[in-house]
Amino acid sequence: MHVMVQLVLIVVQLVMLLALAPFIVGVIRKVKARLQCRRGAGLFQPYADLAKLFRKQPVRSSTTSWIFTAAPYVVFASTVAAGLLMPVFLSHTPLNFAGNIIALVYLLALGTFFLILAGLDAGSAFGGMGSSREAIIATLAEPAMMLSILAIALTAGSTNLSTIVHQSALLEGVVLAPPAHLMALAAMFIVTLAETGRVPVDNPATHLELTMIHEAMLLEYSGRYLALMEWAAGIKLLVFLTLIVNVFAPWGIATSVTPAALATGAVLYVVKVAGLAVVIGVIESMFAKLRLFRVPELLGAAFILALLALVFFYTLRG
Amino acid sequence: MTTLLTVLLACYLLGGLLPLCTSRWHLQNILAHGGAAAAGLAGIALGFGGLFAAQPLTLSVPSNIPFLTFALRLDPLAAFFVLTISLVGLAASIYAHGYVGEYAGRVSIGVVGSLLNGFLLSMTLVVMADNGFFFLILWEVMSLLSYVLVVTEHERPGVREAGLFYLIMTHVGTAFIILTFVIFSQEAGSFSFDDFRHPDQRLPDGLRSIAFFTALIGFGAKAGIVPLHVWLPYAHPAAPSHISALMSGVMIKTAVYALIRVYFDFLEGQFPWWWGFTVLSIGALSALLGVMYALMEHDLKSLLAFHSVENIGIILLGIGAGMIFHTYGLHELAALGLLAGLYHTINHATFKALLFLGAGAVQFATHTRDIEEYGGLLRRMPWTGLFFLIGAVSIAALPPTNGFVSEWLVFQSLFLSVQLPTLFLKLMLPIAAAILALTGALALACFAKAFGMSFLAQPRSAHARQSVEVPLSMRIGMGILAGSCVLLGLAPMLVVPLLDRVTGPLTGVVISEKVLALDGWVVAPVTVEFSSISTPVLAALLVGAGLLGLLIARWFGKGVPARYTRTWGCGLPLTPRMEYTATGFVQPIKQVFETVYQPTVKLEREFLEQSKYFIRHQRVEFHTEPVFETYLYRPVVRKLLAIAERLRVIQVGSLHLYLTYIFVTLVLLLLWAG
Repeated sequence: MHVMVQLVLIVVQLVMLLALAPFIVGVIRKVKARLQCRRGAGLFQPYADLAKLFRKQPVRSSTTSWIFTAAPYVVFASTVAAGLLMPVFLSHTPLNFAGNIIALVYLLALGTFFLILAGLDAGSAFGGMGSSREAIIATLAEPAMMLSILAIALTAGSTNLSTIVHQSALLEGVVLAPPAHLMALAAMFIVTLAETGRVPVDNPATHLELTMIHEAMLLEYSGRYLALMEWAAGIKLLVFLTLIVNVFAPWGIATSVTPAALATGAVLYVVKVAGLAVVIGVIESMFAKLRLFRVPELLGAAFILALLALVFFYTLRG
Repeated sequence: MTTLLTVLLACYLLGGLLPLCTSRWHLQNILAHGGAAAAGLAGIALGFGGLFAAQPLTLSVPSNIPFLTFALRLDPLAAFFVLTISLVGLAASIYAHGYVGEYAGRVSIGVVGSLLNGFLLSMTLVVMADNGFFFLILWEVMSLLSYVLVVTEHERPGVREAGLFYLIMTHVGTAFIILTFVIFSQEAGSFSFDDFRHPDQRLPDGLRSIAFFTALIGFGAKAGIVPLHVWLPYAHPAAPSHISALMSGVMIKTAVYALIRVYFDFLEGQFPWWWGFTVLSIGALSALLGVMYALMEHDLKSLLAFHSVENIGIILLGIGAGMIFHTYGLHELAALGLLAGLYHTINHATFKALLFLGAGAVQFATHTRDIEEYGGLLRRMPWTGLFFLIGAVSIAALPPTNGFVSEWLVFQSLFLSVQLPTLFLKLMLPIAAAILALTGALALACFAKAFGMSFLAQPRSAHARQSVEVPLSMRIGMGILAGSCVLLGLAPMLVVPLLDRVTGPLTGVVISEKVLALDGWVVAPVTVEFSSISTPVLAALLVGAGLLGLLIARWFGKGVPARYTRTWGCGLPLTPRMEYTATGFVQPIKQVFETVYQPTVKLEREFLEQSKYFIRHQRVEFHTEPVFETYLYRPVVRKLLAIAERLRVIQVGSLHLYLTYIFVTLVLLLLWAG
C-alpha cells in the first residue's frame, strides 16, 4: 500500500472510532429506556453531553498532584492507541505491525493503571473504593481474556489481529473449530462486560456509593477532564465490541483497498456494532448487578470457558 | 579488554582499601563510592567488549591447592551479566554517596563503602569464574559480604534474625551447588569449567538428572524460587537501600546466570522434556505466589523483595520454555525463550534496583518503611515520585516500557507451544501464559497500591508531611536507572542483537535477524504476519493520541484554567483519615484469594459498663498466613530442635566423658579399617 493511502486509512479509522463511540453509548441507553417503557434521550445525546462538558470550566481538588491532571489524557491516549491497532472496517490495518492482541490488552491496562491512580489521588473514600474494586476486576478479567484470545489465535495461527480477522474473513466467517470458537466468544463477551463496567459487573448509570466502580473513580472529575474520561470509556467499549464483531463475525469486512469494499465494510461494521450494542442494552435490562464478591465466580466461569475452548481446539483438530 | 579488566579490578580494590586508611567520613564516602562508580563504568565497557569480542577473554593463574585454578573467562554470557551488574552497580554507588549520609555517626561509612566494593567485585568475578572451586570461593565471598551488609544496622530489631536466616538459606543452597560440581568433576576429572562442558565425557542419565536438581535447588535458593524464597522478604529489606537494590536487582541474577551456564552449557545435548517442564512450573508458581504475597505486604521494601520472587518466576518461564523447545530440537524457539528470559533479567535488574533506590529515598525522607504512613509524597518529592512511577509502570509491564517488551516475548514463546508434538505440553504452556497474565494483572494492582498510597492524596503522618526531596546524587543514581528502563523499552532493536550474541553460542542458532523486522523497528519472533510489536511506534501513538486529546480539550474549552477547591467529603472537612488505606485497597483481593492467604481477623472490643451497645475501645488485627513458613519450614525446624534436645543427653560438660567418646570412636574406626 502507498504510504499516503495508509495515512488516510489511519485517520479515517481514528475519526470513525472517535465519532462512533458516543453513538454506541446512546444506542445502549436508548434500548434500556425503551425496555423500561421510557422514551429516553435521543441517540445523539452523548455528543451533546460531551460538547457541554468540554466547554465547562473544570474544578480540581486542591489536594491532588499532576497525576490527576495527566490521567485523563493517558487514559484517552491509551484507549485510542489500542483502537488504532485493531482492524475496524478493513481487515489489514496499516498500524497492524505496531502491536498484536497482547499489546492491545496491555495498552488498555495502561489506562486502567492511571484510572486507579486517579481514583486514589483525590483522597476521598469513594475514589479509593472504586480503585480497589477496579483492581480486583481487572485482575480476574485479564487471564480469562488472555486464554480466550489464545483460543482464537490458535484457529487463525497468529496472535496478530489483522491476520486473525483476515483469515476468518477469507473463510467467509466459516470457522474451523465451531465449539472452540463459541466458547471463546462466550468468555470474551463476559470479559467485555466486566472490562467496560457494564451490568452485571458494574452499573454505569448510577452514582450509588455502594455499587459504583468506574464512576467512583471519576467522582472528582469535571469539565474537559470528565469529558475525556467519559469519551475514553465509550471508546473502550467500542474497542471490545469491534474485537468481538470482527473476530467472530467478520462477514463483509473489506479485505482489499477498493472504494466499494471499503464502503461496504464501513456500513456493515456500523450495523454490526450497533446490533451488538442493542444486545448489551437488552442484557443490562434483564439482569441485576451482581454483588462484588459474586463477580469472581462469573469471571471464573469465563476463564473455564476459555480453557475448554483451548482443549476443544486441540482435541477436535487431533 | 585485559586493560579494562585491570582497571576494573584496580578501581574496586582501591575503592575497597583506601576508605579504610582515613577516618574522615566525607573522604571515605567519596573514595569508596567513587571507586565503585569508576569500576562500574569500566565494567560496562568490559561487558560490551566481551559481547562483541571474537574470542572469549581467558586468564588463568594456577595454584598449589589441588583442583583450584584462578581461572577467568569472559564469554558473551558472562559479559552480559558483567554489563548488568556494572550498570546497576554504577547507579547504586552514585546513589550511595548521598544515601549513606543517614548512617554518619552510627555506622562506619568507610567500612560499608569498602564492603560495597568487595560485594560488587565478587559478583563480577562470580560470573567470570571458569573453575568450579574458584567459583565456589567467590560465591561464598559474595554471600558472606552480602550477609555482613544485611546486618549493617544490626542494632535494629529483626535485622540480626533476618541475617541469620539468610546465612542459613544461602549455605543450604551452597551445599547443593557443591554437590552439582562434585558430580561434574567426577566425570570430568577436574574442576575446570572447560572439562565440565567437554562433549565426549557424558554423564549417565541418572547422574545428569541429579545434577539438574541439585543445581536447581542450590541456585534456586539464591534466586528465591518458591518454596526457597522465604529469606528474601526478610533479608533484602533489612540491608541499606542501595544494597537491597544490588541484592534484589543483580545478586539473585548470578543464580540465573549459573542455571543457564549449567543447563545450556554443561548439560547441553538431549534434555528430557520434564526438566524444562519443571523449570517452567517452578517459574509459574514463583511468579504467581510472589506477586500475591507482595500484594499483602505494607512494608515498601518487603513488597519489592516479594516482587523479585515474581520476576525470577517470569525469567524462569522464558528459560523453561526455551528448555522445552530445546528438547524437541526447535532451536530457534529455544533461543527465543532464552532470549526472553535474558531480556527480562536485565529489565528486572534496572527497574527493581530503581524501585529499591526509590523506596530508599522515601525512607530517607520519611524515616519509615510503612506504606500506611506515607501519602502525598509526589508534591513534596517530585523527582523521586517520577522515577518511582517509571519503575512502577515498567514492572507492571505496561507499554511502551522495558518490562512490557520482555514479558511480551515470554508470552510469545509460550504461545508458540503449538509447534510442540505432545498435547500435554501444548496445553500446559498456554496455561502458564494465563498464569503470567494473572501475575501481570496482580502486579498492576500491587504497584497501583504502592505508588498510589505512597505518593498520592494527602500525607497520612507527620513524617510524610515533613518530607523533602532527596540530595542530587541520589536523584542521579535513580535517573540513570530510569533512563535505562526507558531506553531498554524503546530500543529493542539495540538490545535484541546484543542478547542474540549470548544465546547464539548456547543454542547454536542466530535469531536476531528473524526477530527484528523493518530495520529493527518491529519485534516479530516468527513473522510480521504472525505477531509483532513496535514500542517506538506505540510510544509515538500514545504521545500523538494524548496531544490530540489536549488539542480537542483546548479547542472546545478555549483553555479556561481549572478552579481549585477542596475534595467533596460529604459535607465534612476532608482529612487523611478518610482516604483508603493500603489494607483496605487489597481487602477484596484478599477475600477472593482466601485459599492462598488464609486470612484471620482478630477483633477486640471493650464496652462501657452501662451498656454493651457502646464501644469504648476497639481493635482489629488482620493477619495472613505465610503458608510455606508455617507448613514447610516450621515443622522441619521443630523436628531438628527435638532431635537436638535428645542429643543433649551425651553433652554433659564433663571433659573426661568427651575424651572417652574420642577414644571409643578411634577404637571403632580402627576396627572398621582393619
